[in-house]
Amino acid sequence: MNMEDYRGVWVFIEEKDGIVAPVSLELLGAGKWLAEKRKTELAGVLIGENVQELAQTVVEYGADKVYVYDDPIYRFYRTESYMKAMLACVEKYKPEILLYGATSTGKDLASAVATDLPTGLTADTTQLDVEEDTGLLLASRPAFGGNIMATILCKKYRPQMATVRPKVMKALSRNNGATGEFIHESIPIKEEDIRTKVLEIVQTTTQRIRIDEADIIVAGGKGLGGPLGFQVIHQLANTLGAVVGASRDVVEAGWIGHHHQVGQTGATVTPKIYFAIGISGAIQHIVGMQNSGLIIAINKDPAAAIFQAAHYGIVGDALTIVPMITEAFKIALGREGEVDARKV
Amino acid sequence: MLHIVACIKQVPDTKIIKMNPKTNTMDRSSAPAILNPYDAHAVEEAVRLRARYGGIVSVLTMGPPPAVKAIRKCIEIGADEGYMITDRAFAGADTLATSYTLTKALEKIGEITPIDLIVCGKMTIDGDTGQVGPGIARRLDMPPLTSVNKVTELNKAEGYAIVHRKLEDGYEVIRSTLPCLISVEKEINEVPYSSLPNMLRAARYQPHIWSVSDLKDIDKTQLGLKGSPTIVSSVWAPKKPQGGQLLEGEPNEQIRQLLAVMLEHKELFGATAGGGVS
Repeated sequence: MNMEDYRGVWVFIEEKDGIVAPVSLELLGAGKWLAEKRKTELAGVLIGENVQELAQTVVEYGADKVYVYDDPIYRFYRTESYMKAMLACVEKYKPEILLYGATSTGKDLASAVATDLPTGLTADTTQLDVEEDTGLLLASRPAFGGNIMATILCKKYRPQMATVRPKVMKALSRNNGATGEFIHESIPIKEEDIRTKVLEIVQTTTQRIRIDEADIIVAGGKGLGGPLGFQVIHQLANTLGAVVGASRDVVEAGWIGHHHQVGQTGATVTPKIYFAIGISGAIQHIVGMQNSGLIIAINKDPAAAIFQAAHYGIVGDALTIVPMITEAFKIALGREGEVDARKV
Repeated sequence: MLHIVACIKQVPDTKIIKMNPKTNTMDRSSAPAILNPYDAHAVEEAVRLRARYGGIVSVLTMGPPPAVKAIRKCIEIGADEGYMITDRAFAGADTLATSYTLTKALEKIGEITPIDLIVCGKMTIDGDTGQVGPGIARRLDMPPLTSVNKVTELNKAEGYAIVHRKLEDGYEVIRSTLPCLISVEKEINEVPYSSLPNMLRAARYQPHIWSVSDLKDIDKTQLGLKGSPTIVSSVWAPKKPQGGQLLEGEPNEQIRQLLAVMLEHKELFGATAGGGVS
């Protein structure tokens, strides 16, 4: 492998229902910075059906060029069809760095592509940098359940690949009308070559605000004592118009569903206000919420690690303190006596 | 006969692991070695599928000799056979080298009894990558199906499986040809307490143990550290958060202070009402 042949930073553009995934825009922002350090270009790889219009969006968020695979066979994400397109593109144009969102699609695709190329792949990266002269990608990520951070290098193979957690990189502001190059690509691929079929797609969370998109999160932990203790969390969340979050241990204990989990194995969140209530503050939780705007911790134990991560802390029993906060808020917001129609 | 193989790993319990504050390294001795929790769900799913469709369940692990305990745990869950590959040549493997090595062992297992389905946990709690399962699938030229939270149907006679794959906002129903590889989410099942007969069998169970010389057509340059394109160049403790201010005074006074801070963000409240309830 001749390293010199590999130039440019690429981002896999994840698309669904005609919309570019936010993480792909974030990666274009991060990729632009890497490309500028390397004095090279930033490209997006866009695979889908009727995705031509999105290519313009990709350019407006920072890409110099977009490789477009537009074909009905790509209507749904499937490992085999997307992988074949990506492999063909990498072999033809040889990027030095290739980034994917650490989503179910991005991780699935990256793992398959890495094996076939083969090359190194760093999972769930939270920090990226590049050595200007050597082009070596410094991909850093929490390891061992978030107990340490590790920087992973791939010295001998190209492209250097990483999946990157949503919400940790920043998208550039959109440059409307920006121009770039669109390169239309296709590969000989037939439906009967693809061994998986998507029979149905079922959306279950359209009505519910996703935790990673919430402005305010009220999260509870083991300190609430039991599933019933979570009622005070729901009441405060309803009063504030917030989404309920949870630590890993209460999810594992079955007090609340998995999609509420914040942390290393749950969602990374960046709300404007984050309440950590009865949560001790294991590092696995902290890595998932430490970039929140205003962090308020409530815990019985004044030595709890969560207070180190919080802007404001109250030492006390959540079951006593939280209802007092809820009431005080109803009064402050003029919702005194309001009947809460939303059942907990 | 339906043959399901679960790939499993023994890992340090990262919930209990302690850091040495002087060296910023992990004190591995502080953490008990356990069966990777996601893999317990993989084995349980294999056992449940065997209950529905018949057949046998094998488990495979790569690891140092003490990892035999993780295999015994899988026998407790209900697996029929355990295979362990252990050799110094495997040490230091990243996900690419690990998937290569496991694939070589799977080829050998498949020669004994052809494999219809491989089941992996979503990821390991020490590596956290989720990449080994898809890597094995690619090397064996099977469709990889990640994030599976339900197996609706396995039809060996007609050669297909139907599964649900979890997505960020729901799930998709996929039909795949067999053999295929699935990596499963933990909500796919609950692992019950082990039965007494399984525990008794597990206590006595001796897995098949292979070293590198037992595997065929091995390219030694693809094993262990040598075969790993990624290297860990440095590790450090995550930055310690700054630490804020503990509010003081009577509870009512603390809440008054908190309210004052929060009301600076008054525009947020109620804006997303409707969330909150699971």
